[in-house]
Amino acid sequence: MATFFGVPYPALFGQLLLGLINGAFYAMLSLGLAVIFGLLNIINFAHGALYMMGAFAAWLLLSQLGIGYWPALVLSPLIIGLFGILLERTLVHRIYKLDPLYGLLLTFGLALIIEGVFRNYYGVSGQSYDAIPDLLRGGVNLGFMFLPLYRGWVIVASLIICFATWYAIERTRLGAYLRAATENPALVQAFGINVPRMITLTYALGVALAALAGVLAAPILHVTPIMGSNIIIVVFAVVVIGGMGSIMGAVVSGFGLGIIEGLTKVFWPEASNTVIFVIMAIVLLIRPAGLFGRA
Amino acid sequence: MRKSVCAALLASSCLAFGSAEAQVTSVKIGVLNDQSGLYKDLSGPGGVDAVRMAIEDMGGAIGGAKIELVSADHQNKADIGSQIASQWYDQDHVDVIMDVPSSGVALAVAGVAGAKHKIAIFSGPGSSDITGSKCTPTTIHWTYDTYALARGTGSSITKGGGTSWFFITADYAFGQALERDTEKVVLENGGKVAGKVRVPLNTADFSSFLLQAQGSGAKVIGLANAGGDTITSIKQAAEFGITQGGQTLAGMLIFISDINALGLKTAQGLQLTESFYWDQNDETRAWSKRFFERNKYEPTMAQAGLYGAAMHYLKAVKAVNSTDSDKVMAEMRKTPVNDFMTKNGQVREDGKVVRDMYLFQVKKPEESKGPWDYYKLVREIPAAEVTRPLSESECPLVKKG
Repeated sequence: MATFFGVPYPALFGQLLLGLINGAFYAMLSLGLAVIFGLLNIINFAHGALYMMGAFAAWLLLSQLGIGYWPALVLSPLIIGLFGILLERTLVHRIYKLDPLYGLLLTFGLALIIEGVFRNYYGVSGQSYDAIPDLLRGGVNLGFMFLPLYRGWVIVASLIICFATWYAIERTRLGAYLRAATENPALVQAFGINVPRMITLTYALGVALAALAGVLAAPILHVTPIMGSNIIIVVFAVVVIGGMGSIMGAVVSGFGLGIIEGLTKVFWPEASNTVIFVIMAIVLLIRPAGLFGRA
Repeated sequence: MRKSVCAALLASSCLAFGSAEAQVTSVKIGVLNDQSGLYKDLSGPGGVDAVRMAIEDMGGAIGGAKIELVSADHQNKADIGSQIASQWYDQDHVDVIMDVPSSGVALAVAGVAGAKHKIAIFSGPGSSDITGSKCTPTTIHWTYDTYALARGTGSSITKGGGTSWFFITADYAFGQALERDTEKVVLENGGKVAGKVRVPLNTADFSSFLLQAQGSGAKVIGLANAGGDTITSIKQAAEFGITQGGQTLAGMLIFISDINALGLKTAQGLQLTESFYWDQNDETRAWSKRFFERNKYEPTMAQAGLYGAAMHYLKAVKAVNSTDSDKVMAEMRKTPVNDFMTKNGQVREDGKVVRDMYLFQVKKPEESKGPWDYYKLVREIPAAEVTRPLSESECPLVKKG
């Protein structure tokens, strides 16, 4: 059997595909972070907690109200998005004019509170979310591996969402207003556009993206209060590597680093937890603005 | 006359002080386990209640001294576990620490107990090193160990045709010990090990490692992990069609709480080695009924073992009328262990409780007649087969002739 540095090609492709799936989550979460930082200059440390809330909302919808997966894909981001609006109107909007460090502190505190509340009620060991719809059950034998349909769906959904978000922000008029509003709010407001509302909606969009990632993750991973803090540090590394304000950078780095992590798991599994941070350190030394960032 | 009366009074008061030292003034048991994480269901709060049942059955007191119970959550972290153990032994007057699942924590607590010459009785953890290279004069390993699991499940599967193995191992003391002991059994029975991968404790996504196991072509995928990790690996193996592909999953450590979380549809056919099942005989059923009424789920072997260990300890304290570590340990070693779970068990000089084990197989859904009716007995494994002989022991306390 042909091998690549000692690993048979089928095994290699299998791991690349798995890496792509992980990368899909990294891409969606870092997209939300990039949107919030790029447009609002807030380092949203609460992103992981909001991702966790998205997964829990899907689980609660199923266990308390019997609402299944497809509706949850829409309802959960809406509910958590509303929560995001509440957070923004009461707390976050007070610190826009301040040093980004305050944003970091505030959102970090929010993350701790949210996680603590959920941990208090649900413990750490996690709930099972078994609501994969029949359409996505089972799998397909690709020859080099057996791919569960749901995991393939995650990649497809993530690509669609990332592309749609990028398109909305970079290519539509609404996106243009958003970008203008954050660059020069006074001028844009003079044109009659409701800038505070645009900003609130932007924050809510980022939050909804996190919640959507949570719903997509729920059937694969345990729904636990600590699932957010497990992933958020990696996502921050991804955003830094991609360039803090760049949406394209976030998506490309997310998928790319997922693949690199997958490859590391094959050749050197013990290093798979740290390879992304090593790459971040190297990127910061060579190109501090990130691979796609504007310096 | 007055002098002799005074002398007599003085002498008799000395006598009174002398006999007071031999009285038990307080007995305090500390149950240290995982109350909120991946090992919560195998002992956790249920384990604390099992010890409480033992205290109640002893009448709540020994002599005039009330038996106290404290408990704490070690969160599967060795530093937290050893810090609680030190505080309990030094400041809170705890006489014996019990349970301590998660072998990394157990080995740390064993070190503390050994250094302070205090008693610790382990029910939850598995590493055979507790009675091997890390044995101490005051620690006892009660319910099961990785040696027994390897000899039970490992040899049964290898002899049954599972001649090539791939290990998915939780990367800490327990997983490494289980992988080492099972590999030895596989090789002894003419099998081979096609590969191994080490996975961090409490991993959420085993897909990459399961894929490697699939790619290795090994007939058996050995899961050297426990609790939440085992449940996740088995669920995700089903997702990736591993058993349809012809490979067998070997869950090296499985508790009935895991089968309850997995459901019979996913878990059917799994072989496992345990020292207790609630539905084995009338005695086990009677005690388990009491436990079920209080906790609303059937007990695991770790919880049943905690009851037995607490009873054995308290009876020994009562017999020697003291909580002195050496006296109580000697009495526990001298007395055979007999309760609903253990028949003629013996606490050996290395701290291992020599006991029979049982090889079970998980029933198919149609074979089960009701809730918690999960196991059928494949065979009873006599103690000699599942206990490491003293001649092979690495314990420095064992005198080899």
